[in-house]
Amino acid sequence: MSEFIFLYRGERNLKTMSPEEAQKSMTKWRAWFKDLSDSGHLKNLGQPLERAGKVVGGKHRTVSDGPYAETKDIIGGYSVIEARDLNQAAELAAGCPGIESGGLVEVRPVMPIAM
Amino acid sequence: MELAEHLFRREAGRLVAILTRLFGIHNLALAEDVVQDAFCRALETWKFHGVPKNPSAWLLTAAKNRALDVLRSERTVRKFAPELTRLLESEWTLAPVVDESFGPAAMKDVQLRMMFSCIHPRLPEEAQVALVLHLLCGFSVGETAAAFLKERAAMQKRIGRAKKTLARSKRLVELAGAAETAARLPGVLRALYLLFSEGYHGASPKSAVRPELCDEAMRLVALLLENPLTSAPAVHALAALFCFQAARLPGRVDAAGNLALFVAQDRTSWDAALIAEGRRELGLSATGAQLTAYHVEAAIAALHADARHAQETDWDGIVSLYDTLMRIQASPVVALNRAVAVAQRDGPARGLEEIGGIEDRRRLVGYPFYFATLGEFELRLGHRGKAGESFRAALKLVRNPMERRFLEGRLRACVEVSKPEVESP
Repeated sequence: MSEFIFLYRGERNLKTMSPEEAQKSMTKWRAWFKDLSDSGHLKNLGQPLERAGKVVGGKHRTVSDGPYAETKDIIGGYSVIEARDLNQAAELAAGCPGIESGGLVEVRPVMPIAM
Repeated sequence: MELAEHLFRREAGRLVAILTRLFGIHNLALAEDVVQDAFCRALETWKFHGVPKNPSAWLLTAAKNRALDVLRSERTVRKFAPELTRLLESEWTLAPVVDESFGPAAMKDVQLRMMFSCIHPRLPEEAQVALVLHLLCGFSVGETAAAFLKERAAMQKRIGRAKKTLARSKRLVELAGAAETAARLPGVLRALYLLFSEGYHGASPKSAVRPELCDEAMRLVALLLENPLTSAPAVHALAALFCFQAARLPGRVDAAGNLALFVAQDRTSWDAALIAEGRRELGLSATGAQLTAYHVEAAIAALHADARHAQETDWDGIVSLYDTLMRIQASPVVALNRAVAVAQRDGPARGLEEIGGIEDRRRLVGYPFYFATLGEFELRLGHRGKAGESFRAALKLVRNPMERRFLEGRLRACVEVSKPEVESP
C-alpha cells in the first residue's frame, strides 16, 4: 500500500449554491468519506482549510493577504489516502463530490522514506 | 447525525429575517450574504468533521458571530437598522441586542414582520409570493422559478426588482402597527393560498403534487396563528382549508403515482389527524363579522371530509356553499367547481347546463380540468364521441405526465367501456 495526499481544489464557490443544493452536497461528501473509510482507504480524514490567509515570500519575506489565486487553484482541504498505486488512488478520487460542483482533486503520491 | 430534510432551506428563511432586522431592510443583500457565508462554513466543516448534534444551533451561532463581526467592522461606514443604531454603536449594548434578536421569541416575530414586508403594496401579487418563497422559505432563484414554472432568468429579474423595492422600504413592517398589519393581512393570506395551491395542483411538469410547497405554506400559516396580532379568524379559516386539503394529499395520487378521480379516491388514505385539526381550526374561524372565501372553501372541504364515500356526500350543502362562494368571489373556476357539485347532485346533464351557463367561459379554455370535466359529464351520459373530443382537448393542455396518463385512461374508457377506469379499492 502507498500513501497519497488528496488536495481538494476549486470547488465552485458554495455561495452560488442554494440552501438545498448546499445540504445535498454536504450529505454526498459525508457518504464519500464514509465509503473511503469503510474500504480502508482513508488513512487520515485531513482538514478543511479557510479560503483566506496570508502569503509570505520574496527577498524581503513580504507578508501579504492571500492566496489570490484563481478559484480553481484554491485548496479547500486535504486528506491522506492509502491505495495500491497511483491508478487506484485516481479511481478513488473520481468519486469525490466536489467534482460535481466544478472542483478537482489533485492526487499526489507521498514520497516513500525508504526506496 | 443525519441532517433534517430541508434544514438549510428552513434556517435560511429564519436567519435572513433576523439579520435583516439587525442590519436594516436596506441591507437585505448583506443579510443574505452573511447567511450564505454561515452555510459555507458549515458545509466545509461538517463535510470533514461530521454534522454536529444540534445543526440548527451551530448555524445560528455561526450567523450570529459573523453578524457581530460585520456590525463591528462596518458600523462606521454603513448605516444599520435606524431603530437600533444607538444600541449597535456601543459595545455595552451590541452583544445583548444581537443575542436577544437570535432568541426564539424574536425569531418568530421577525419572520412574521418579514412576511408582511414582502407583501409590499407596490409589488404585483406574483412577485410578492416569489419573495415569500425566496426570502422566508429559503428557495433559491432557480427553485422559485421552478415552483412557478418560469424561466430562471425571468425569475432572477423579477426577484431582483422585488428585492430592490423591498430594500427601499423604511423598515420591516411593525406588527403592532394595527392599520398596516390589517391592510396587508389579506395579501399575506393570498400569497400563502397561492403557495399552497401551487403545491397541491400546480402545473409542475414533473409531478402533480409537490408537498414541500404545501408544507411551507402550512408552516407560515402556523406562525401567523401563534401570534395574537396576526391570528385573525380568516387565518384560522385558511389553516382549516390547508389541513383538509393536505389530509387528502395521499389520496390524490394512487399507488402507481397516477392522479385519481376525486370521487374514486381511496378515502381511507386521508389523514384523520389533519382532518381533526381542520375541524378545530374551522371552529376557531367562526368568530368576527367577516365571512371570507377561505371560510367557505374550508366549509366545502369539511363536507367532503365528512363523507366516507363520494355517494354519501352532502352535495346539496356543497352546492349552496358554492353559491355563497360565487357571491363573495365569483370566478369561472369557482363556477366550474359548482357545476361539478350540481352534476353530483342532479346528474351530468344538469352539470353540462351549468357549465354552458358560466359567464366568461372563454377564460377556461386554457384549463385542462375544464375539458376533463366536460368529458366526464359526456361520458356519464354515454356520449362517447363528444367525451372523447373533450378528453383530447384536455390532453393538449396537460402539464405533467400524471395528468397525461390520467386523461389517456379516461380517453380509453370512451372507446372501450363507459365506466370509470379508476375504481376505489
